[in-house]
Amino acid sequence: MNGFTGFVLRRVIGAVVTLFALSVIIYVVFYVTPGNVAQITCGPRCSPAQVHQVAQQLHLDDPLYVRYGHFLQGIFAGQDYSTGTSVEHCAAPCLGQSYQTGRQVTDVIWTKLPVSVSLVLGAMVIWLVLGIGTGVLSAWRRGRFTERALTAVTLAGTATPVFVIGLVLMIVVCGELRLLPFPQYVNLTDDPEQWAWNLLLPWLSLALIEAAGFARLTRASMLETLAEDHIRTFRAYGVGERAIIVRHALRGATASVIALNAVTVGSAVGGAVLTETLFGLPGIGQELVHAVKVVDLPVVVGMVLVTGFFVVLANALADVLYAVADRRVVLA
Amino acid sequence: MSEALAVVETAGTDTTVPAVSGARQFWRRLRAQRAALVAAAVVALLVLVALAAPLLTALEGQDPTTYHPALIDSARGGVPLGSFGGVSAEHWLGVEPQTGRDMFARLVYGARVSLGVSLGATVVQVAVGIAMGVAAGLGNRWVDLVLSRITDIFVSMPLMIMALALLAIVPNTFPRPVLVALIIALVAGWSTMAKMVRAQTLTLKNLDYVAAARLSGWKTWRIAVRELLPGLAAPGITYAALLIPSNISAEAALSFLGVGVKPPTPSWGQMLTSADVWYQAAPQYLLLPAAALFVTVFALTVLGDGVRVALDPRAASRLRVGTGRRRENRARAAVPENALPEKALPVKSLPEKEGPA
Repeated sequence: MNGFTGFVLRRVIGAVVTLFALSVIIYVVFYVTPGNVAQITCGPRCSPAQVHQVAQQLHLDDPLYVRYGHFLQGIFAGQDYSTGTSVEHCAAPCLGQSYQTGRQVTDVIWTKLPVSVSLVLGAMVIWLVLGIGTGVLSAWRRGRFTERALTAVTLAGTATPVFVIGLVLMIVVCGELRLLPFPQYVNLTDDPEQWAWNLLLPWLSLALIEAAGFARLTRASMLETLAEDHIRTFRAYGVGERAIIVRHALRGATASVIALNAVTVGSAVGGAVLTETLFGLPGIGQELVHAVKVVDLPVVVGMVLVTGFFVVLANALADVLYAVADRRVVLA
Repeated sequence: MSEALAVVETAGTDTTVPAVSGARQFWRRLRAQRAALVAAAVVALLVLVALAAPLLTALEGQDPTTYHPALIDSARGGVPLGSFGGVSAEHWLGVEPQTGRDMFARLVYGARVSLGVSLGATVVQVAVGIAMGVAAGLGNRWVDLVLSRITDIFVSMPLMIMALALLAIVPNTFPRPVLVALIIALVAGWSTMAKMVRAQTLTLKNLDYVAAARLSGWKTWRIAVRELLPGLAAPGITYAALLIPSNISAEAALSFLGVGVKPPTPSWGQMLTSADVWYQAAPQYLLLPAAALFVTVFALTVLGDGVRVALDPRAASRLRVGTGRRRENRARAAVPENALPEKALPVKSLPEKEGPA
C-alpha cells in the first residue's frame, strides 16, 4: 500500500510541476511577444490612455518574474483592478480581465464551461458504449468477416475529421431528412428534454470519432489477453467462449480503457473546439476561437491555461486510475 | 545473386538474422497487404495531382484565384449559376459560391497546401523529436531530467487550443502555410516522438555494438549518428507515417476555424467553413473538399498502418511473407547440383563409400 500511496504522491507532484511549467511557458509566450503587448492586449480600438492603463495593470515596467508573480498572485489570492473610475475586485482564481469586453476571464469561463462539459460527458457515454462494444465484437469474431468490416470502419473513424462527420450528419439529419432541428443550445436546467435533443448530433459526431480509438484499444488489449497461456488453459477446462471474453479478456482491457477515457475527456473539454464551432454551441472552444479572431489576449491565455489544467489533471488521473485497476504499474 | 549467396551461408545455422536486406524485406511485407498497396497508389496519385497542379489547371484553362462574378447569381446571395453549382466545359467542377472561383483549380491547389503543410510539419516533428529523444537518452542525468520534463509538458499540451492561441499573436506578415506547419509541428507530435526515441535510445545504448563503439573512444555525436540513428529508423519511420495524416487533419481543422491558411490560398478545411450554408445550391462545395480530405487522410492512415505492420516483426509474422528464404531454398532445391549434396549424400553415397574402403 505504501508503494501505491507513494506512486500517487509522485504523480500528483509531477502534475503540479507540469502545471507550473505550463503556466510559465504560456505566460512568457503570450506576454513577451514582440510588439506592444499593452496595445495587443487592449485591442486595436484602444486610446493611448487606455493602453497606458493596461500597461500599468499588467505591470509592464517591472521585470518579467515580478510580472509573472503578479499573475500567479491573481490566480491564488485574487487581484484588484482599477478601471479608471472605480476599483474592481477579481476574486481568487483570477485570470485577468478582457479589456475588449470588460468581463473577467473567470466569469467568461464559468458561463461557457457547462456547455463544453454537457457536450463532452454526453458524448463520452456514447463513445464508451460504441467503442467498447465494437472492440469486444471484433475481438470475439476475430479472423472473420465481422472483424475485418469493423476494423475498416474504425480505421475510417480515426481518419475522418470531426467537422466532416458533423457537417454530413447535420446536413443529412437536419437538412435533408428533417428529423431534428438544427442544434441550438438549451440549458439543462431550463429544459432537459430540449437540451438532450439539441445536443444529440454534436454528441454523435464527437463520439463517432472518439469511439474509433476505444474500439482499437479494446480490441488490441483483448486480443493480447486472449493469446495468453492461461486462456488456453481455461478453454481446455471447458470454460465457454462468452465467459472467457467477458470475464477475462474484457476485464484485462478495463485498465487501459479507463486511462484512455480520462485522457480523452480531459483533452475534449477544450478540444471540442471544432464540434462547438460547427454546431454553434457557446462553449469554451467557440469562445476561444472568437477570442483568437479578435485577439482578446487575456481570454486566450485564460482559456489555454484552463484547458491545459484539464489535460494535465486528466493525465495524472489516468495514471492513478490505471494503477488502481492494475497494481503491477506501481512496481514499474 | 548476393542474396542467394547469403542464403547458402546462413542456411545451416539457426540465426534469425534475415538474409534479405531491410529495404527489400520492407517492400515484401508492404506488398503483402492489399489495403496498404491500394492506399499507397491513392497517395501516389494525390502527390502527383499536387505536384502537377499548375499543369492540370492550365489544361482546364483556369486558376484558383480569379473571381468570376458573371458566373454567380448576385441577386440570390452569390449562388453559382447553372446546374450542379455551375459545372461546365470551362469549369469542370463548377465554381465557388459568392466568388465564382474555379472549384477544380481550388481543389487541386488545396492538395498542395494539405500535403505540403503536413509533410513540412512532419519533417520538423521528426527532426525535433529525434534530436530531443537522442539527447535525453545519451545525456547525463540532468540533461535527461530537464529534456524529459519539457517533453512531458508538451505531451500534455492541448494541440488545438495552443495552435489556435499561437496563431493569434504571430504577426500576419509571416507566410501563413509555413507558420501553420511550424505551429502544428512544434505544439504537437514531436513530444510523443521524442519519448519514443528516448526509450529506444536507452535500449540501444546498452547493446554490445554501441558499447563497443563507446569503448573504442568514439565521440557521443558520432555514436548517435553512426550507431543509433540506424536503429531508430524503423520506429521513426512508423511514427512519421502515422503523423502525416494527423497533421493533415490539424491543418484542415485550423483552416476550418478560419485561423489556418488564409484566403486567397485555397485549403480544403477552409472551403468547408461555409459549406453548410451552400450545400443545397452547390452541393459539390461541401462534398468535394470533404471527400478529398477523407480520402487523403484515410489513405495515409491505411498506408501508415501498413508501414507499421511491415516494420514490426511481430505484426509482420502474421502476414506469412517470410524473408524470402524459403523460396530461395526451393529454387535451390530445384537445381540438381545444389540438390545433390544435401539430399543424396547421406542416404545413397554412404554405402558406396563403404564399398571400396
